[in-house]
Amino acid sequence: MNTKTRNLILNGLALAALVVFLYQAPGNLDRYKLRIINLIAINAILGLSLNLIYGMTGMFSLGHAGFMAIGAYVSALLILTAEQKTSMWILQPILPWLLNLHAPFVVSLIAAGLAAAFFGWLIALPVLRLGGDYLGIATLGFAEIIRILIVNLTPLTNGSLGLKGIPAHTDLWMSYGCLVAMLIFMTRLMSGNFGNVLRAVRDDEIAARTMGIDTFRTRVLAFTIGCFGGGVGGALMGNLITAIDPKMFMITQTYSLLMIVVVGGLGSITGSVIGAILVTTMLEWLRFVEEPITIGSLHISGIPGMRMVVFSMLLIAVIIFRREGIMGPREFSWSWFFPARKAEPEMKGGND
Amino acid sequence: MSLNMFIQNFINALGLGSLYGLIAIGYTMVYGILRLINFAHGDIFMLGAYFMFFATIRYKLPWAVGVLLAIAGSTICGLLVDRIAYRPLRSAPRISALISAIGVSFFLESLATVLFTGMPRAVLQPEWLMQPMLIRDGGIRLMPLGIMVPVISFILVGALLWVVHKTKPGLAMRSISFDIETTRLMGVSVDKIIALTFALGSALAALAGIMWALRYPRVEPFMGMFPGFKAFIAAVFGGIGSIPGAMIGGLTLGFVEIMSIAFFPTLSGYRDAFAFVLLIVILLVKPTGLMGEKLEEKI
Repeated sequence: MNTKTRNLILNGLALAALVVFLYQAPGNLDRYKLRIINLIAINAILGLSLNLIYGMTGMFSLGHAGFMAIGAYVSALLILTAEQKTSMWILQPILPWLLNLHAPFVVSLIAAGLAAAFFGWLIALPVLRLGGDYLGIATLGFAEIIRILIVNLTPLTNGSLGLKGIPAHTDLWMSYGCLVAMLIFMTRLMSGNFGNVLRAVRDDEIAARTMGIDTFRTRVLAFTIGCFGGGVGGALMGNLITAIDPKMFMITQTYSLLMIVVVGGLGSITGSVIGAILVTTMLEWLRFVEEPITIGSLHISGIPGMRMVVFSMLLIAVIIFRREGIMGPREFSWSWFFPARKAEPEMKGGND
Repeated sequence: MSLNMFIQNFINALGLGSLYGLIAIGYTMVYGILRLINFAHGDIFMLGAYFMFFATIRYKLPWAVGVLLAIAGSTICGLLVDRIAYRPLRSAPRISALISAIGVSFFLESLATVLFTGMPRAVLQPEWLMQPMLIRDGGIRLMPLGIMVPVISFILVGALLWVVHKTKPGLAMRSISFDIETTRLMGVSVDKIIALTFALGSALAALAGIMWALRYPRVEPFMGMFPGFKAFIAAVFGGIGSIPGAMIGGLTLGFVEIMSIAFFPTLSGYRDAFAFVLLIVILLVKPTGLMGEKLEEKI
């Protein structure tokens, strides 16, 4: 059996295991655990899309929360019914054309991704001419501008009140379906020639340009695809939590995505998935430090907010002590489980 | 708009702008030397305001003592941030230090939430700063604080320019920003000079934080976030690395914010967006800023 068929079979088995797990999970786990499992998938999608922008193409973007916001709002506005909309817009009436706009969930997801990608493309044209940290601060600025627009454009977005009562469409099938699609897309992308082009642009832009790569177009394309992922992730998030407001999409949201990408390993697809699992579960697990603990007669009252202190300390520690994250730029491969074959004779160089 | 209103807004803009300028100096000095956006700078500003709040309002220390303690405390924090989070990453890629800076900023904000609670606290303004002087038959209200803020800011900038251009450590700073390796070879203790830069920047940020807390009489853990971003933008606008540029950028931003709302009150909800729009415009039109020199791209 050659490596290709072996990997195909193993991938199929892994997918089947995932399907069995997703089939069994709702019956055996409580709502809280299911929500975390859902969040892991959504965070993995978001982490992968940010990794495409930052880890794989080397564009330091701090604007992901803004694209998530666009996705979440577009999807919610398409899903909510006219009655819900009229009862929610109490400060100012909703725009008339928006009131009766309605679409099924899957359509709204695609629309969310496309809207985020469109804005990402629009923003990329001026901003991607900048490099390094200027790009970071400019994208951060755009995310803030988007947030400020959402707060102020009340007839369109219901302002700072946010949107409530979004039907909880995001179930395990939906979120893991999107994740698997994203994973297949990313592995195909990165193992193909476009992946090499992205790495070339990241590692040495001038050399890439010398090789005839249109670096600017490549960066715009990667950024736009990444924003699409951000929009879909935001829409899934909104449909999981069922309520969104502008405060959800503050810069801290981008920080946790950055944490996922950095902890997992810049440029590694596997790393982003591991990062999403670790960061999501850790953020939930850390809630214990905020809860009162009683050990015998010793009573320690909970410290609200302590979770974020620990979280930020971990981010600093990772970047100082293990900059490349868990995976570094490496990827998971089935060959890890099989002993490497002896070097085949034809691989040897020379004629001796 | 009447002339009185205009003068009133002008004074407000001068105050706000000089505070942005003071914070921007810390960004511009650190960026000039290390090419690092010190995201934690806005949070040092926040700490300065909190230290002042606790010293003078909680523990009733005299104002002069409280202000000095706040400056000392923030300076120590600034030095610790450099020592713990930035110095280990000097030889790492620049983006690593930037992520570390983001982590530090996030850390200081959450720590402040834990220690001081997330609730905004009112700052009791001292009487003598708030006695309004009425000019032009009461058309303009001028408070001592309103005059003090720009005056103190300009004196500090003057003093800093003297340090940077006329003293030996200042010479070392300028030399490091030009070429860090050669400076090291000349026998300059680079880490000490960088620490000095952080100390000066943090002290200025603390003073700005104190004056900010007196002007908008409250303190809260996230108060440094937006002034910090905006001050960085001011530094980019003025030309990153240039101290007079930071001040000019700060004043420009102050005037843009106050005047555009004065002339178009309907825009007041978008106030925080102006700075970011300004940033994108300046980066597209003149990426080096008003007074900046071109940073050489090294191939």
